[in-house]
Amino acid sequence: MTATLEHTAITGTLRQELLKVRNLNVSFSTGRGRDARLTHVVKDVDLRLAAGECLAIVGESGSGKSVTARTLVGLPGANASVQAERLELAGHRIGTLGERQWRRLRGKDIGFVLQDALVSLDPLRPVGKEIEEALRLHGWGTTRSRAARAVELLASVGVPQPELRAGQRPDELSGGLRQRALIASAIALDPKILIADEPTTALDVTVQAQILELLGRMKERGTGIVLISHDLSVVATLADHVAVMQGGAIVEQGPARQVLYHPQHDYTRALLDAIPSEHTKGTPLSKDGRARITATSRRPRTTRPADAPVLRAEGLVKSYQGHDGVVRTVVDGVSFELRAGETLGIVGESGSGKSTTAKMALAMLEPDAGRVLLDGAAWTGISTAARRSRRRSVTVVYQDPLSSFDPRWNAERILLDALARQDYPGEAERAAQVRELAGQVGLQVEHLAKHPLQLSGGQRQRLAIARALAPEPEVIVLDEAVSALDVSVQAQVLDLLTDLQQELGLSYLFISHDLGVIHHMSDRVLVMKDGRAVEQGSAEDVFNHPRHPYTRELLASLPQLGLAPGQRNPPAAAGTPTTEGAHS
Amino acid sequence: MSTSTLNTSANVPAVAWQRLREVPLLPAVAAAVVLFFVVAALAPHLLTSRDPFAIDLPNALQAPSLAHPFGTDQSGRDLYTRVVYGTRESLLIGLGATGLSMAIAVVLGVVSGLGGKIFDGLINRSLEVLFAFPVLLLAMLFVTVYGPSVTTQIVAVGLGTAPGYARMIRGQVLAVKNSGYVEAAHALGHSRWTVLRQHVFPNAMRPLVAVVTLGIGQSIVWASGLAFLGLGVAPPSPEWGALLDAGRMFITRAWWLEVMPGLAIVAIALAATVLGHHLQKKLEGARS
Repeated sequence: MTATLEHTAITGTLRQELLKVRNLNVSFSTGRGRDARLTHVVKDVDLRLAAGECLAIVGESGSGKSVTARTLVGLPGANASVQAERLELAGHRIGTLGERQWRRLRGKDIGFVLQDALVSLDPLRPVGKEIEEALRLHGWGTTRSRAARAVELLASVGVPQPELRAGQRPDELSGGLRQRALIASAIALDPKILIADEPTTALDVTVQAQILELLGRMKERGTGIVLISHDLSVVATLADHVAVMQGGAIVEQGPARQVLYHPQHDYTRALLDAIPSEHTKGTPLSKDGRARITATSRRPRTTRPADAPVLRAEGLVKSYQGHDGVVRTVVDGVSFELRAGETLGIVGESGSGKSTTAKMALAMLEPDAGRVLLDGAAWTGISTAARRSRRRSVTVVYQDPLSSFDPRWNAERILLDALARQDYPGEAERAAQVRELAGQVGLQVEHLAKHPLQLSGGQRQRLAIARALAPEPEVIVLDEAVSALDVSVQAQVLDLLTDLQQELGLSYLFISHDLGVIHHMSDRVLVMKDGRAVEQGSAEDVFNHPRHPYTRELLASLPQLGLAPGQRNPPAAAGTPTTEGAHS
Repeated sequence: MSTSTLNTSANVPAVAWQRLREVPLLPAVAAAVVLFFVVAALAPHLLTSRDPFAIDLPNALQAPSLAHPFGTDQSGRDLYTRVVYGTRESLLIGLGATGLSMAIAVVLGVVSGLGGKIFDGLINRSLEVLFAFPVLLLAMLFVTVYGPSVTTQIVAVGLGTAPGYARMIRGQVLAVKNSGYVEAAHALGHSRWTVLRQHVFPNAMRPLVAVVTLGIGQSIVWASGLAFLGLGVAPPSPEWGALLDAGRMFITRAWWLEVMPGLAIVAIALAATVLGHHLQKKLEGARS
């Protein structure tokens, strides 16, 4: 049985069914005694996958996609109860396996790649040893042949200098290399099926493109891939079949082209519409459209001639001395202008210096050289006290709102704290203003009594935006402000930001690694690489006529659905769902 | 057709401890134990009708019985009564030492965490030197120099345990100082003092609540250790450590002289610890 399976997997002539799941249900018991509850997180899920194909399970956080994936590798989590009419993986009935049997299967027939390679790899063990261990556990080869195989595997997943890298520990490798090392250990024994849970989510686009290409090659060689992702454009480049999950159930399932370009279910359509891209500029992303914003201009805004720069950075330089004594220039000669009512997008990969630039724009960090001007007056290079009175003109929203709130405070206290004392002398006035702020960002009054931990990710980010609005700023620095959000929540928050900008005439310094988001939001764009501004100009120019090779590379790496909403009829493949190889 | 079930069991002792802690009975028992000792400290005569110093030689070294639940000592004194009367000094040492060590630790920890490189370096190196000596050794040194009494015991144990707490508070202060919400508060234009008062102090001190309750039990144990070595409160005081020290000579003949005061120490230390955990969970639970 196993022999025939292997044979077909290798030749790929007969598409062997690798995964058969019928009526999978997973529930978790929480609490004890009277508080005991059963939470049903995966409901009646049916999945099938053949060799050499990729099945993508798509959904937002809480949709049950990760639990489904973990169940398929026998790790549903503590207190989980798994029921299925049929649960077959690579020819094994996995529903009844014990832990010992699972260990034999995992790594050999089933490879598993988790999102965060840093926590999945042993920090003290060189990655080469990690791979050798995977081989050893399943009795593969000798010590010497295992070491050679590890290097070979690292090379096969596109790790440069594999001999050198095999001897390095995870913390000596970049995120992309770590993820590749993890994939290498997952495919060490040539599993028939690879289950990858958000394998590229933490990675930069150029690295993501490499990983996707690698997965594509594995698929061609006959490996079946189950890809879990929230990112539909990633899915589009790799998947043959797509299952869309919502609230634990599959709402739509079918060939990738059909699901992505002719979605039948409203939720799939909403998910697709929520993706910001070049085509969505100026249009609301979320279905409920524009939030009604009651802008009450209590304070006359500083009137300035149109196009006057609010925030101006001139030749910013920042370097740090590392522990090894080497001085690294993190930001190297960056200049930009943020004009009133405009959005300047700063895009770059991790380590490009965009967050450091944001900190200098906020004057939270003094530049080593260069300066920042706010409304034409010095903003950096002056004393903290001299800056304090103008602090309220520039506010910030961070990527992780939770860590930016004092855990002891509820939402109301957080907003009260952000209000300018002198503008609201009375307690009643302050309370009223807090309610108004909450209304502006679409928070309900009952949310005000809650602590940030009790709010959802989207609500937290709304609260962070409300706090940034409270001092009535001219500029809001948005440092990866939507990067941690689900696509539909991200859409709502982006719509909110657009509306607020129009109503209040705010200027945004919008920092993101996500080109689609940057394109959707920005009037002008600054592309950063290794601390330098490699390209700067209007969003149209930068995205449509990129001049710098790096910008071109970035744009080429971006996995794209490639179609605008309402234009989802690809002429090439109208109604012909095919299972083609991943040559893209 | 065939329905299969996967069961995942996590690490067994952890689960057992989790369950144990979820029983509300445990904190209730702990609270009762603490209450008993508080009464014993404030009004010992309510818990026993005997005199802790009344010598009754004919009844010396009696094993525990109905008349003498903890037995009697070499002079025929009722051990239960002595344990009850000894509570005041023992608790005083526990509370005093913890209070003192916390006070020292808060000052050192906060100065170290906020004072910049020079202060931090100085305090850290000094703490490391102190760490090199066992707590008991430091305490013994102090008592030897200043003579045994309740006060010296408090100071000795307080000084001995302070470095550990100081380190912990320093870590807390640093963590909070570098947290996102402190940065956010600075970005809103709050002054340095406002940020310290509103965010750094309250958040850095939060975990102390639990540590203090744990520390009380610990301090009593340390003080008893000192007394056991003859460096504690002098006999005939019924302080628990002194009781242990006095009973040492008769340990082969009268086990209860060691076990009963020992049980009192264990009971109060355990009860304080359980209450501390419970309190910590309550405080953190309210927020999540």
